[in-house]
Amino acid sequence: MSTLDQDAPKTLDAGTVHSPMRMMLFQASAHRGLMLGGLVIVTIVLVALFAPLLSPHDPYEQVLSRKLIPPVWFDSPKATWDHILGTDHLGRDMLSRLMYGARISLLIGFSAMLISGVIGTVLGICAGYFGGRVDMVINFIITTRLSMPVVLVALAVVSIVGSSLTVVIWVLGLLIWDRFAVVMRSATQQVRQLDFVASARSLGSSTPRILFVEVLPNISNHIIVIATLEMAHAILLEAALSFLGLGVQPPAPSWGLMISDAKGLMFFDGWLIAVPGTALFLLVLAINLVGDGLRDVTAPEDRN
Amino acid sequence: MLAFLFKRVGVALLVALTVSAITFSMNFLTGDPAIALGGENATAADLKAIRELHGYDKPIPMQFLTWLGNAVQGDLGHSHYLNQPVAEEIFSRLPTTMTLGFCALLFALALSIPLGVLAAIRPNSLLDRVALTIAVVGQAMPSFWFALTMMLWFAINWRILPVSGTGTWAHFVMPAIALGYYITPGVMRLTRAGMIEVLRSDYIRTARAKGVSKFSLLFKHALRNAIIPVVSLAAVQFGFMLGGSIVIETIFAINGLGFLAWESIQRADLPMMQAIVLVLSFFYIALTLFADVLNAWLDPRIRIG
Repeated sequence: MSTLDQDAPKTLDAGTVHSPMRMMLFQASAHRGLMLGGLVIVTIVLVALFAPLLSPHDPYEQVLSRKLIPPVWFDSPKATWDHILGTDHLGRDMLSRLMYGARISLLIGFSAMLISGVIGTVLGICAGYFGGRVDMVINFIITTRLSMPVVLVALAVVSIVGSSLTVVIWVLGLLIWDRFAVVMRSATQQVRQLDFVASARSLGSSTPRILFVEVLPNISNHIIVIATLEMAHAILLEAALSFLGLGVQPPAPSWGLMISDAKGLMFFDGWLIAVPGTALFLLVLAINLVGDGLRDVTAPEDRN
Repeated sequence: MLAFLFKRVGVALLVALTVSAITFSMNFLTGDPAIALGGENATAADLKAIRELHGYDKPIPMQFLTWLGNAVQGDLGHSHYLNQPVAEEIFSRLPTTMTLGFCALLFALALSIPLGVLAAIRPNSLLDRVALTIAVVGQAMPSFWFALTMMLWFAINWRILPVSGTGTWAHFVMPAIALGYYITPGVMRLTRAGMIEVLRSDYIRTARAKGVSKFSLLFKHALRNAIIPVVSLAAVQFGFMLGGSIVIETIFAINGLGFLAWESIQRADLPMMQAIVLVLSFFYIALTLFADVLNAWLDPRIRIG
């Protein structure tokens, strides 16, 4: 960034001086997808954080006399404003379950992304910076990981070890680091040829110092873009695992589990799968929009 | 070319060996496999008998080599639940999954390549934006939810397609779409990027000057070169799709490999699970090998550089 700092103002018209940070913020605020996605994510995160205050009912409370109430906009005598999104087959309030379910999706998505991000970034930077044998070995590890089917291995391991929130987070985190590694590797290969890395080396900086102070900050834009995409990926995988009964266990209100619960009843009450499915779709869409937007603003060369 | 081929095949074999070792190590995730098999009430004598029967009393590297040797000869293990060799069951289910995979790939390519080409004619036009929107929305849709929603509308509300099963070609329509749509965004973007680059090149300008028709220019002259990277992406994605078919096959009750994997997980049939992971991994390794060799053959820069 240090070289860019000095060059950037010269390319602009004389008069006002724009810092690269301000220009990036300006571009970001003008990016419609980024703003829209960001708004949706902030809303979902706030709802998840304040779920105990916002939810109209206890998400675990079963009221069998009030089961399968459709959402308010349905033309049904049962529909009531007390259960805006209706109730499920056990009479639990759908809206409250959605709110608490957002916590599970966000927690698993974020944690799995962190684990895979650390693994993938370390592998990618080492492969890209050291090259040669190290690169060969890490490339081999990446190829091996890619050869194994993610969903199947995750299902098999979870079924053997036993499923819980922690197990799902670790299994996903240990499986989906491949894209981090691939992108960080090529980004590091480009950065390490630049002059400031050579000058740091000739000044006698240690290798860890070069990696952390020179290389890492200059590929951080790629890390953030991949992190958003992998978080979306992890959320989708968690939902799929929970849908198949091997992710988060009932009665936890995981969105995937809610769809799975509704599967048997969906031919009579289609909204039962439409409500959690739409929530899942919106969250993943918002994260992807933010990821695509951040890429357009910070790393446009990655677009294709 | 021969040197490249040897090196690439060597890497593939090494990857296959590593995948085998990882798959084999699933045996030890639960601790002692004999206890897992014998149950909690097994006596010491029972456990000893189980260990001797399945070779768990031998050193682990020996067990691995025996397992690997058998696998190479086509004996992928013995299912404790079905009490029959797993290979038989797997190969009887494989054609169904392959059919589903090919249908899904066909659907994905038939949708994404024309869209990518059309989007590339005028980048940032309305059509390009529509195609991009389809891609972004598609990538965010959970496949199992999409499958259930399709089932609800096409099979229940409108009664156009059968709900589930594998009787006729109509049974494969929804599963193929549910499995294939997920890879369309990637293929579309790659086709678009390739076409934009090719359309700028000199030989296209020459062809245009010669008066070649627009259709022939796009789909014959340009696409032929733009499609090279798409071929290898499609091969890789085909491998991913087979791995992901477990969700779709379970939803549509398609009696293929994915459904078998699901059944084996329910039955805690570890040898079957391991064999399925192995078969799918090997298939993926073979596909990527094929794609790399094809690419090297089409583009000499790859095999030399």
